[in-house]
Amino acid sequence: MYLDPDVSQTVKILIVGHFGVGKTTCIGSLSEIEPLRTEEEITEASEGFDDLSGTPHKKTTTVAMDFGRLTLSDSLVLYLFGTPGQERFKEMWEELSRGALGALVLVDPERLHESFPVLDLVESFGLTYAIGVNHFEGNTDYPLDEVREALNLSADTPVVKCDVRDEGSSAPALITLVQHLMTQLG
Amino acid sequence: MPDEHEPEQELELTSPLVPLFVITNGRALPPDHQYEHTALVMAAEGASAMAGALSPEARQVLDLITEGFLSVAEVAGHTHLPVGIVRILLAQLEEDSLILVRRPVPRAERVDRELVSAVLEGLKNRFGA
Ligand SMILES: Nc1nc2c(ncn2[C@@H]2O[C@H](COP(=O)(O)OP(=O)(O)OP(=O)(O)O)[C@@H](O)[C@H]2O)c(=O)[nH]1
Ligand SMILES: [Mg+2]
Repeated sequence: MYLDPDVSQTVKILIVGHFGVGKTTCIGSLSEIEPLRTEEEITEASEGFDDLSGTPHKKTTTVAMDFGRLTLSDSLVLYLFGTPGQERFKEMWEELSRGALGALVLVDPERLHESFPVLDLVESFGLTYAIGVNHFEGNTDYPLDEVREALNLSADTPVVKCDVRDEGSSAPALITLVQHLMTQLG
Repeated sequence: MPDEHEPEQELELTSPLVPLFVITNGRALPPDHQYEHTALVMAAEGASAMAGALSPEARQVLDLITEGFLSVAEVAGHTHLPVGIVRILLAQLEEDSLILVRRPVPRAERVDRELVSAVLEGLKNRFGA
């Protein structure tokens, strides 16, 4: 449960995607610890306006976030944070993207349009990313080129197939992202 | 302090499990960056005995990290306390010199290359790729 006392550096990568795309499953297949859950506070505008000042109501709510851990050496630990992709979670993104190495964006080829808000967030926070096309049973096999085109991705953004239930498949997707991060650093 | 926690209907939203005001004595939130999710914390040697009157939640946090380092996120995960509360408790504990904190090195282009390369190597070793 505890970290090696020599661990001196921690890094983080975000596992992002729309509702139900497989973020938690992906973290579960990669993490060395049973994935944990935190409660993050966000403020959102709620229905209606304040009667006196006419400003929109704001309220604080909490959002659950899953994460996992990977010890990579005596001194280095990687955390994976499953970050929900809805626009209203922007506040959470602001904090989580700070210092993050990059993001693995999970997409479902049958619901590609749901990934646009996620890609908007990833890009607005300047995160380098790779796309993991999650395989769901019964889905037709979509050519990766079609996914790339439909999502309007730049030519150098890696797009890989994965089945996030399987470590042997999630791990290469994560490694693809980190290789991409290396090339971006020149 | 937020005092308008109405029950939330939406699936991914849960209402706080604890009366925030009581645990934190109305303290202001420390800035996020002070205790990032990936900052590591551990109880100082002898902290448990040294600690004076602590709230049950501060005690819970201190006990959890007596045996070794955990990230702020893990402290929140294990204690089921919201991250915002964990941060306030850690700020109190650090002020009283009851914990050690290792903060992640801020990103800079030069360290990044080395770091990302170490991450890549670590992942390859771990997953035999
Ligand atoms: N067949 C199949 N089912 C999957 C796969 N990935 C996830 N699922 C299922 O899809 C559902 C949603 O997966 P989660 O991992 O919870 O997705 P999530 O992105 O964390 O969802 P939210 O946190 O609710 O946004 C679960 O019931 C999973 O078991 C997959 O690769 N194949
Ligand atoms: Mg989830």
